[in-house]
Parts: sequence; C-alpha cells; structure tokens
Amino acid sequence: MGSITLSKVSKVFGAHAVIPSIDLDINNGEFVVFVGPSGCGKSTLLRLIAGLEDVSDGDIVIDGKNATELPPAQRGLSMVFQSYALYPHMSVRSNIAFPLKMAGEDKAVIDKKVSDAARVLNLTDYLDRKPRQLSGGQRQRVAIGRAIVRQPKAFLFDEPLSNLDAALRVNMRLEISQLHQDLKTTMIYVTHDQVEAMTMADKIVVLNRGRIEQVGSPLDLYHKPDNLFVAGFIGSPRMNIVTGPAASAYQAHTMGIRPEHLALSKDSGSWQGTVGVAEHLGSDTFLHVNVDDGIGTVTARVSGDFAVTHGDRVFLTPDPQRVHRFDDKGLAVR
Amino acid sequence: MATLHTRSAARLMIAPSVLLLLAWMIVPLAMTIYFSFLRYNLLMPGMEEFAGFSNYSYFLTDPAFFQAIFNTLAIVLGVLFITVVGGIALALLLDQPMFGQGIVRILVIAPFLIMPTVAALVWKNMFMNPVNGLFAWVAKLFGLQPFDFLANAPLMSVILIVAWQWLPFATLILLTALQSLDEEQKEAAQMDGAGAWSRFIYLVLPHLSRAITVVILIQTIFLLSVFAEILVTTNGGPGTQSTNLTFLVYAQALLQFDVGGASAGGIIAVILANIVAFFLMRMIGKTLEA
Repeated sequence: MGSITLSKVSKVFGAHAVIPSIDLDINNGEFVVFVGPSGCGKSTLLRLIAGLEDVSDGDIVIDGKNATELPPAQRGLSMVFQSYALYPHMSVRSNIAFPLKMAGEDKAVIDKKVSDAARVLNLTDYLDRKPRQLSGGQRQRVAIGRAIVRQPKAFLFDEPLSNLDAALRVNMRLEISQLHQDLKTTMIYVTHDQVEAMTMADKIVVLNRGRIEQVGSPLDLYHKPDNLFVAGFIGSPRMNIVTGPAASAYQAHTMGIRPEHLALSKDSGSWQGTVGVAEHLGSDTFLHVNVDDGIGTVTARVSGDFAVTHGDRVFLTPDPQRVHRFDDKGLAVR
Repeated sequence: MATLHTRSAARLMIAPSVLLLLAWMIVPLAMTIYFSFLRYNLLMPGMEEFAGFSNYSYFLTDPAFFQAIFNTLAIVLGVLFITVVGGIALALLLDQPMFGQGIVRILVIAPFLIMPTVAALVWKNMFMNPVNGLFAWVAKLFGLQPFDFLANAPLMSVILIVAWQWLPFATLILLTALQSLDEEQKEAAQMDGAGAWSRFIYLVLPHLSRAITVVILIQTIFLLSVFAEILVTTNGGPGTQSTNLTFLVYAQALLQFDVGGASAGGIIAVILANIVAFFLMRMIGKTLEA
C-alpha cells in the first residue's frame, strides 16, 4: 500500500548540491525517521517526497508508481508541518474537513470521517473552536487529524514536536507511536533529536551533508555504527571518541566507547583520571572525567549510588566487548 | 506606575492638548451650526436674520440634493469596488517573483504621489479629451467615433480617475498582507489537494479580509469628500450629473453665495458621514476581532 522508493534522487539549488544522490527503500507500514544535524538535507528530502520541491534528478516511486512528476495532492501522502500550518480562520472541524472537501467528498461522509478522527485524537470537544484557542498539543493533534482523514498512503512529519515543551513532547511522541500501531500506515518522520529517532523508529536514516550515513534499526545503529558520525550522533550522552596510543591499544586508529560501557572503580583500572563534573540524575550519574595520558575528557555513566564528587581520582576500564574501532577514514573496523 | 497620583498628574499633563483639539473641532462645528440657522447670503451683507429650519428644508428638498447623495454613494462604492478587486489582482501579480520587481512596484505606487488636481487634469486633457486624448486616438485607430467621456459619462469618468489614484494604496496594503501569509499554510493546502482557485478562496481571501476592511475604512473616509477631481474636470456637470455632496455644498456657498444653505448642507453631510462611520465601525469591529 505505502511503499516508497527513492532512486538516485538529487536536489541542487544553484551550484550547491543539497542532496548529491540518495537511494532509499521504505517498506509499507514502516516508521522511518530521518535524523541528522540541522542543514543535513533531511527536510529537503521530505519535501522532495511530498512533491513540494522538484527533484533535480532521479526517481521517486510511490506504491509502485513513478510519482516524480506528480503534483503533491496526487501522490496520496499527507504531511504534518513544523508550524502545524492550520488554517487560522477555520474552525477545527473545517480544518480537518478541508482535504475531504477539496476531494469533493459527500457531506455526510465528511461529517462521519471528521468525527471519527476527532474521537481518535480526543478533539471532539474542541471541534467548533478556532486554532488560536487551542494549546500547542491540541493544535498538533488537529494537524494530525487533518492528515489522517484522507487515509493517505504515507504520513510525512516535519519536526512536528519541536514547538512543544519537553513534557508535552514526550506525550506526543507516545501518541504518534500509538497512532502508528493503530493505523499501520507508513510514516516518515524528520527530526534532529536522536532521542525521538531512537524511541519511535522502526528504521532510522542518519543523514549528514545530504548523504545517507547509515540505515538501520535503532539498536543496529546503537550497537554497530558504520562510522564515526553515526557513532557520535546516536546515543545520549555521546560516545567517547579517543585517538592516539590509547586507541592503538585496541588495534584501532580511533576507538569509541559509550559512557554506559565504562566500568568505574576507585582502586584500579586501565585509565586514571580526575572527576570534573558529576551530573546526578538519581537513577544514574554522569561523570565527566579528565583522564590522564592525553586521553582528555571522558563521560561515564555509573549507577546513582556511586559516591564521587568533583576532584576525586577514579579508574575507568572500557568493556573490551563493547569497544568500537574505527580506521583513519572514520569507518568502522569489525 | 498606575497610582492615583500619577494618573491625575497624567490627566493634568494631557489636558492642554485635549482642550486645544476640542476647540479646534468645536469652534468650526458650532459656527457652521449657527450659520445654518441664519438667512446669510454673501450678496446681502449685514442682512443676516434667524431663519429657523428653512435652510434645511430648502437644501433637503432641492432635487440636486438627491442626485448628490446618489453620486456620492456611486463614487464611494464604485471606487471601492474597482480598487479592492483591482488591488487584489495587482497584489497577486506583484507577489510573483519576477524580473525588475522593485522598479515595477515603484511604478505601481506612482499615481498615489500625484496630487488630485494634476491627476484629474492629466486625465481630462491627455486621456479623455475627445480631440487630443489618447482614448480618442485609439478609437480613431480602429475607425470608431471618439467618445466624449466627460460629457457623456461624467460620473463614470470621475470614478475612473479617483479609482486610478487610490488603486496604488489598496495594492500596497493588500500586497503587504499577502506577503505575511504563511508559506507552510499554502503548502499544506497544496498537500490537501486545493488548486490555485481553492487556495485563493479558502486561504488567501480570508487572510486578506483584515487588510480589505482597512482599505475600505480609510478610502471611504477620503472618498466621501472627493472634490478636486470634480472641480477640475466636470465642474459638477453637465447639470448636476457629477455633483456629489461636497461639491453641492461648495456650489451653494461660493456659486450661489448662500452661506446659510451651504452650512445646512455641511451639517447634513456631517450627519450622513457619521451614519456611514457607524456602520463601518460595526463591520470593522467584527472583522478585526476575529
């Protein structure tokens, strides 16, 4: 129903190739997240799929049909924008009904679909309000409602949670995941937040400077990053990257070790250092340790009851099974 | 700092300007009202006497008065229609990315900077003149009889000239409003399957409603008192075919030397303007709240 294939898709603005060339397969029903730093081309890629930008070269195939030249409305996709892009002068009901009205649906059918969508999204009491009378989370739900009534082949989300506060963001993240479980429709979701990517995705596409760095499930990317960029981008706090003699000890040009894979001790270990800052989260403590021998600052995650403070001497030992090794080009050595 | 003391101090401070403005408004109004009850003719100085409401009854029963009311409304509504519709069309065109956008925008604004008498004279002598005018030349080019605009369609000609002057104002206001329309909303409508026409009806027009009301309000205020264009082109004629209320008051006072009757006409014009303003404010209040 909603498979999308990109082959050799590129986008050039003037002399600047925002997306040099991308090949990607998105299967029906998948929740795919495009993640990357700002300016990596992830939003452009989404807009290319939506048809809001013309591709410079390559093909976009939606549902087995070449959609490269199709106008946005005929691609059968719907999109949730970062600013929600609700129509400010229309009531919530008219906002949700708008795509159906444009499709020339019957009045009775529209009413039924709108009230169904409103029930799913808990908007029934707000149908007659204007968007400006709603809270951020409710506006977000109206935007999603407008997207689902059309029963599209796939949903496109363009950083939909970035305008919400932290607590609401966690909530909406769950709601969107739940929606995906219920509808089982393909979803493409763009974000710069790797936590959103890890928690929601079936498949993460890590983008950097218009190129795909790696495609895989969240745990694949976490356990087996293909290169230094992915290793540094996925995971929070970030993976510690160490070069020089300490890395050579592990037969690598560069070694990476995640904060949670460092064993800490007050008596012995392979690296020795001084605690700089200790961030106590209760369940865990993140220690920023200034390690000797030119290794630099290393972040370690220990359980909340490991009692150390600023200035204490500690020993760190990387778990040899969990060390990531990279060659001089930054590619993973396995 | 809204203490009782600062508030009374503030009142004291603004009192002089309020009093000045009040006197500025009240004195002419009071004098006009006073004159409107006098038999006051410039040809018979020193013969003023109280005339009761006779000035009003003469003015209101003058056949020219109803013609003037109709003409005033025709000018206001005609110009509003042309400028709002034309303004939206021009604003939509100017909003498109094109070569030489800056220069074209300046050209469009130009008519607004020309003073009314000059604009009217240019139209009268260079465009609408049946012998030397550009329109006559075009008509002759096609072998047609030149049309004498000012003689045969005086009111329409005045409306045309005034509309030409106010079109840039409407265009400018509507263009800025158009540029504030959120790009993502347009894209969302595109994704929702709305074509160009539907986007205009459901998205652009509602977005412009506020700007349109502002255009209507400001223009109505000025259009109720169109004068220079009529004086320079048709002089209210032929007959009273292009006489509006302002011009009628002028004719009463300075062509028939009847100050009393003109004052009564002025007061009637003030009352009518207030009625129009009342309805306008209600209409605008509704749009601006939304």
